Amino acid sequence: MIRAVLVMNTQGKPRLAKFYEFMPVEKQQEIIRNVFAVLCSRPEHVSNFVDAESFFGPDARLVYKHLATLYFVFIFDGSENELAMLDLIQVFVETLDKCFRNVCELDVVFNYSKMHTILDEIIFGGQVLETSSTEVMKAVEEISKLDAASSAINLVPKSVSSWRSR
Amino acid sequence: MAGSSSSIMDNLFQRTLDDLIKSMRLQLLNESTFISKSIEDIRREIKSTDPQTKSTALQKLTYLSAIHGVDMSWASFHVVEVMSSSLFSHKRIGYHAASISFHDSTPVLLLITNQLRKDLSSTNHFHASLALHCLSTIATLDLSRDLTPDLFNLLSSSRVFIRNKAIAVVLRVFDKYPDAVRVCFKRLVENLESSDPHVVTAVIGVFCELSSKDPRPYLQLAPEFHRILVNSKNNWILIKVLKIFARLAPLEPRLGKKIVEPICEHIRRSGAKSLVFECVRIVITSLSDHESAVKLAVSKIRELLVDQDPNLRYLGLHALSVAAPKHLWAVLENKDAVIKSLDDEDSNIKIESLRLLMAMVSESNVVEISRVLLNYALKSDPEFCNEILGSVLTTCGRNDYEIIVDFDWYVSLLGEMATIPHCQKDEEIENQLIDIGMRVKDARLQLVRVARDLLIDPALLGNVYLHRILCAAAWVAGEYVQLVRNPLELIDALVQPRTNLLPPSIRAVYINSVLKVLCFCLDCYLDQDEGTASSYCGNLAGGQSEMFLVKTHTEAPELVATTREGSNYEQDEGFNPRNTTIESSDDLSDENDTDRVGTLLSMKNFTHESVVSLLNRIELIFSSLTANQDVEVLERARNIFAFVQLVKAEIIDNSGQNVDKKYTQVSAVIKSIRDAFSMELGPVSISAQGRVAVPDGLVLNENLDDLKAICGDIELPSSSSFYTGGPQFGTASDASLSNLLKNDESGPSNESTSLLEHRKRHGLYYLASDKSETVPNDYPPANDPKANSNINDEADALAKLTEQSLLLKKRTNQMKPRPVVVKLDDGDAAPIPDKRPEPINDSLSGAIKDVLGSEANLSVSRSNPLDKSSTKRKGKKKLGTNLPSEMKENLGDAEKPDPENPNPSSKSKERRRRGKEKIVEGEEPEQRGKKKSSHRHGRHKTHQRANSPLNVVSQAPVIPDFLL
Repeated sequence: MIRAVLVMNTQGKPRLAKFYEFMPVEKQQEIIRNVFAVLCSRPEHVSNFVDAESFFGPDARLVYKHLATLYFVFIFDGSENELAMLDLIQVFVETLDKCFRNVCELDVVFNYSKMHTILDEIIFGGQVLETSSTEVMKAVEEISKLDAASSAINLVPKSVSSWRSR
Repeated sequence: MAGSSSSIMDNLFQRTLDDLIKSMRLQLLNESTFISKSIEDIRREIKSTDPQTKSTALQKLTYLSAIHGVDMSWASFHVVEVMSSSLFSHKRIGYHAASISFHDSTPVLLLITNQLRKDLSSTNHFHASLALHCLSTIATLDLSRDLTPDLFNLLSSSRVFIRNKAIAVVLRVFDKYPDAVRVCFKRLVENLESSDPHVVTAVIGVFCELSSKDPRPYLQLAPEFHRILVNSKNNWILIKVLKIFARLAPLEPRLGKKIVEPICEHIRRSGAKSLVFECVRIVITSLSDHESAVKLAVSKIRELLVDQDPNLRYLGLHALSVAAPKHLWAVLENKDAVIKSLDDEDSNIKIESLRLLMAMVSESNVVEISRVLLNYALKSDPEFCNEILGSVLTTCGRNDYEIIVDFDWYVSLLGEMATIPHCQKDEEIENQLIDIGMRVKDARLQLVRVARDLLIDPALLGNVYLHRILCAAAWVAGEYVQLVRNPLELIDALVQPRTNLLPPSIRAVYINSVLKVLCFCLDCYLDQDEGTASSYCGNLAGGQSEMFLVKTHTEAPELVATTREGSNYEQDEGFNPRNTTIESSDDLSDENDTDRVGTLLSMKNFTHESVVSLLNRIELIFSSLTANQDVEVLERARNIFAFVQLVKAEIIDNSGQNVDKKYTQVSAVIKSIRDAFSMELGPVSISAQGRVAVPDGLVLNENLDDLKAICGDIELPSSSSFYTGGPQFGTASDASLSNLLKNDESGPSNESTSLLEHRKRHGLYYLASDKSETVPNDYPPANDPKANSNINDEADALAKLTEQSLLLKKRTNQMKPRPVVVKLDDGDAAPIPDKRPEPINDSLSGAIKDVLGSEANLSVSRSNPLDKSSTKRKGKKKLGTNLPSEMKENLGDAEKPDPENPNPSSKSKERRRRGKEKIVEGEEPEQRGKKKSSHRHGRHKTHQRANSPLNVVSQAPVIPDFLL
């Protein structure tokens, strides 16, 4: 099972944090800090696995990918395959790339809810349900449409709706 | 009217989430002040009657909570409000907020059941999807129970999009509400046969998670899993199936034969590294009996080890270390790659290869590997350096230094480790130094040498990480002082000025060692002069032997014969009182012998002048310490100070007198002290305390909270058991010392002011100051109980010795016999037999077994899940199946030998000890045998259970169909 998905930048600022078990916010922030402390101490071109037991309980492992200014981090347990998780990060990033056309950190910053929509289509309650980025894209587009349609009924149009449906 | 207009105003000027993010990025001010300002706005907006304003406010709050760690538990009611909106965009915000902020004890959870039910059955499958998502993270017992029927419907939904989410939710629902199994399990299993890979992925994922908690119930589904393993082309599914089989295979030996072929096929054919790695992992963990498969897996591992990708190299090493316990040859085969990895820039790889190297260590190569590792430790970064030192220490110290043959070498290695610049393993080195001193008699000489080298270097005193090691060195040097080449030099080392850098507790050990060494020197000096006055000494020794019955004088003549010709009996007794108790004359090695002579020769160097100057020096140094702040240091320093004054007076007085009559008092005092020190300190079993019978009238569970108030600010002693042994011993001897000195100790220097104050403060705890000398007597006398165990040890050692000599004949190439390592009668910490992990959710497994049972029994009985009578019937059946398994577990427990308490009925301590002594040799294999047999019993039983009529016909027919 996947326990958490984190995206943070190389300064340690969290951009996305999804925990699949309830965790108080203080604990979440602490974990984010600890993870960053480990990641930033690792040089380039070394293996992508880190033992996460010290900050995420027994049997927890961590795999990360460093892309441009972002770290993508998946924390999982013994029921997942390490290399498969690495592939899954790839799927996630590919989907983002398709969604935002050359994804960069700013896209991640400004599309908080869309990021979650994408992630939710791939991982459901800690289990991997979808591994094809095209399938994910289909579902995400439909949800966005529905979202836009429902907010368009609104009497007061929001300047934001254009942003959101981007 | 006014209200609605204000809400429109709110809405118009409300900042959206994007505005919030933007202005936060532009914000040059403090981020936290900006956030608290935004929270203020949100608190106002979220109360708005306009759903748009409310949901936007909630969205902002959710964002701040997820990214910036802002508490949002106060808004849970608003979350429920937004969830119930009919607009999808609002609903989405609400559900998202709920899934990140609700938990089991959120009160408003009770309010959302109906909303969830409505959305689950909504025709818009995106609404249902939102509800499922939310359930997958927040479902509680109540929610699970109430929504199980709805989930049951969705499990056969025609839309895959919904069906696989419903399947995944089932995992959480089963966890929270095991009875849901009776309703949903069948449909779940049916989905295994679905043609849609998405559905299969979801179901297999659920079974993989379920089997991680307790795999037994799913054994019956093995045929289904096997079909997927053979037919599926989807790597994700295959990996998960392999995970399941890795848990099932150890439970059912016949399963291995069935799956090993398809797995090998995947290893050979598949191009996906992740799948191949998973196959390799299952082979080395669960199918290690299948030789050809293991060979194939190891060949794959070798490919990984030389790959360019550090991830694959790391996983290869990781797989090797999993394989190491059962297939050491695999590690040895790849030795070169492993050693090469020690130089890798990746710390993961380095640590993994270190672990593997340690797995390779054996009696024959420990010297070389340790040398290699220490060289690496010298040049690597502090963290990895300590990692190396730590694993060398643990590996070498395992099972009472099982792999160490040459203890002289190992002791020197410990000394070398201590002086490595980054070394922070002070505690372990300290423990091992003392432990070896106590257990391995033959290593003591080298131990004392190493200790001397450490103590004598003033530079080492400045390093805080060395203090504990120095503490051990000081103790060793004092304890085995008769092996020291140059006691005077040692005293100088122990009192050198830089010792004031040590913490008081360690300084106290130093001071105690000074006392031991000093007594030894004086003893030697006096004996030297008393060569002619042996008659007096004889009387003295006779008197002592009444007081200390431990000594066995009869052994002494043999010792004299081997150690020193022509020396008389009493003299030798005086020189090496300890040897009479610890060493039977046979096991003296040649080296030891010559060294003893060397020591004896060096003793002759004590002249009257040297002794007097030594006493003067000590007096001078310790007079300054008598004003020390620390009680422990102060007390010991004062004891020595008084002792030196006493001795000095007499020695100087008597210097010119007739040889016959001198030093009577001093001799008596020194003999007594030496005798107090002469008792052997032996290793004590961790469980020793437990074996002491509790005396009548002692209430161990009495509430001692009152004491806490009194002892609150008393510093706890160091946790190391050896260390506490030191001071305790010291205080006991101090007691005898101070008793002896009682008469002489008088004058103004008696109490320092700080001590007086301290006593006043804790008047309740300390006895009145004039009685303080008797306080130490309350400590358990350190020597008495060991007197007996010493004898036991000796017998033990002899038995070991004979065993050793037998071994020697076999191993002729071995240069030196491995010295005796004293082991405790019941094997220090007898490995507590691994208790089988209790199945975490018994009720869940029980329910699943039950459902599977009924399914196998009669598939016709597809009963309406809500039918009460049927559930009742099933409940009964569940009771029936659970009962025998519980009983069996109890039986199993009873069968297990209890190493802690092999003879609980015997109350007599004496008898108990003897009984254990007898066990020493044979115990382990016997126990192992027992364990094995009980294990076999266990397995036998499971088979029996499978066929037993009690357990319905359920389990029996399913597995054999597939396996035979």
